[in-house]
Amino acid sequence: MIEIRMHGRGGQGAVKASFVLAEAAFQGGKYVQAFPRFGVERRGAPVEAFTRIDDKPVQIRSQIYYPDAVIVLDQTLIEVVDVTKGLKKGGCILINSDKKPKKYDLGNEYNIYTIDATKIAVENNLGSRAAPIVNTAIVGAFVKITGIVKLDDVKKGIENSIPRNKEENKKAATQAFNSI
Amino acid sequence: MKKTMIGNHAASWGAQLSRVQVIAAYPITPQTLIVEKLSEIVADGELDAKFIKVESEHSAMSACIGASATGARAYTATSAQGLALMHEMLHWAALARLPIVMTNVNRAMAPGWSIWADQNDSLSQRDTGMMHIFASSSQDILDSTIISYKVSEQVLLPTLISFDAFFLSHTMEVVDMPPITDVDKFLPPYNPEYKLDVNNPRSFGALTSEEHYYEFRYKMQNAMDDAVGLIKKEGREFEKLTGRYYDLVHSYKCEDADLIFVTSGTIAETTNVAVDELRKDGKKVGNLKIRVIRPYPKQDILKAVKNCSKIAVIDRNISCGYHGIFAQELKGALYNESDIPVWGYLAGIGGRDVKVDDIKEIADETFKSKKPVDMIMKGVKI
Amino acid sequence: MLIKFRTDKKGVKISGAKDMPPMPASLGLMNWNKTSSWRNLKPIIDYEKCIDCFICWKFCPEPAIKIVDERPVIDYDFCKGCMLCAEECPKDAIATEVEGK
Ligand code: SF4
Ligand code: SF4
Repeated sequence: MIEIRMHGRGGQGAVKASFVLAEAAFQGGKYVQAFPRFGVERRGAPVEAFTRIDDKPVQIRSQIYYPDAVIVLDQTLIEVVDVTKGLKKGGCILINSDKKPKKYDLGNEYNIYTIDATKIAVENNLGSRAAPIVNTAIVGAFVKITGIVKLDDVKKGIENSIPRNKEENKKAATQAFNSI
Repeated sequence: MKKTMIGNHAASWGAQLSRVQVIAAYPITPQTLIVEKLSEIVADGELDAKFIKVESEHSAMSACIGASATGARAYTATSAQGLALMHEMLHWAALARLPIVMTNVNRAMAPGWSIWADQNDSLSQRDTGMMHIFASSSQDILDSTIISYKVSEQVLLPTLISFDAFFLSHTMEVVDMPPITDVDKFLPPYNPEYKLDVNNPRSFGALTSEEHYYEFRYKMQNAMDDAVGLIKKEGREFEKLTGRYYDLVHSYKCEDADLIFVTSGTIAETTNVAVDELRKDGKKVGNLKIRVIRPYPKQDILKAVKNCSKIAVIDRNISCGYHGIFAQELKGALYNESDIPVWGYLAGIGGRDVKVDDIKEIADETFKSKKPVDMIMKGVKI
Repeated sequence: MLIKFRTDKKGVKISGAKDMPPMPASLGLMNWNKTSSWRNLKPIIDYEKCIDCFICWKFCPEPAIKIVDERPVIDYDFCKGCMLCAEECPKDAIATEVEGK
């Protein structure tokens, strides 16, 4: 079983990102579970969301405490939240950022990646620079790094779980996939 | 067909597949998404039902009662304070013998506004005369809705299907949706013998003196007794269509267990994972999930636990002034029948997360303990 | 099963039931709950355009807009960046800036 934790801010789409990733893995024939951290969701407040991916039905119903991977949708969160908490040694962290991975000092036990998902989202008309919708771009980059889901399945996942701007979202995921 | 959906939508689709004819509901977190989805389903023409917007949960159940009395298949959903407001009408529905099926998302009672999982809301409806199911997966929610109409409409008792807020209501997972043609074969249209019918007028719910009231309770009790067998029978019928069987209790590795956990809801699922891990460490444990609490599956429980030497009940609820409700019920069932000692644990109150490690701790504690304890409040910060 | 309890303004640590009132009541004002860390957008009032109608003050869900010398002033310790004020301002006098860029 692979367990992934997402960090975002209320309104940024971290929960949606966890659902898109789960839907993509489901399209790839996996069993999945995706859910928000059950906090009070307020716009701008730090939120968490989780995705579990397995070959058999997922039975465990608690939150994820020891993730295999962490996705950070908003780089400003790194100063506010302990994003590496519980992350397994050798686990990966993907940050939505225009900076290089080595700019982030998160210890040397993890593999750090960055992707400018905000730029990709804006280029594809997904939200504005101030409020970009980065979830599909970040998922595209994440599946490239981890190889857990095929890009085609991500596209199918977007088709099934994103109500609007399907094509733009698919393009954003593909662009992120190809640029990392 | 397999699909991904959140638990709330599994409830909506369960109602759609059951071809409910009247839906009356009032939105409340974390139930809102059930009703939103249903209104969409009705608006899209995927279900031919009357969707009644009401001004309160009391009215929602009242509308369902009216609809059901005319012979329509009625559905509602609520949570916590909403269910409490419905309380009077739950007794009404049960005593009027109306087979309404409803969903309750288990949420903590307020104040101390926690919108998270806690069973006190629905357990407070224990004595209304409704059948009461605790579903533990989205699949269970969807399937239970369909099976419950079939059982309810035979024994003429309403069913309350409860499931944990957020851990199920807002969690997306894979659900296998049976084709509606299969469901149609399983669940025929509802056509009761007694109903509001202008061509065959009668009065309902009239004054009943002490000369007859007792007898209505007697009939209700018999109906509950019949429901035990019917839930199993219809469960088997449903299995023929879908391959999935639902019983009143589900036991996991109980046969040779020294210690059996008694659990419900999502905690039961996490406990199965803990059982596997504890077994790897050589500890003989099992898990008995109570899926139906009314009718109370006493014989099934006695059979499942008969070989064990200790029982640990995990309650996500409390009857303040006594202790966990599942623990009380279990001890009531064992008394006169068996002398297996019972340890009562509270966990997950107000939606606090219950982890595999917490359950392992409960196992260790119970194995070590010599004397049974009514209630151990796990994890409470003093 | 331990979750972290907050510390209040004066740094009193609430470690469990013994530090809590019997009912869900706060230990005092909520003015320790600074929500500035939630902000990814920042509202900025243009006082040239502002007509002091105080609609922003009324709509702000946090104690973040104060009236100082008969003018609206944003207290950025409490402003959470919801931008309701900008949305409601009849004169479009509140501009949006992106935080942390
Ligand atoms: S952005 Fe929101 S919190 Fe900040 S001042 Fe405006 S209304 Fe208040
Ligand atoms: S709503 Fe706009 S015009 Fe009115 S006081 Fe606030 S900033 Fe000034």
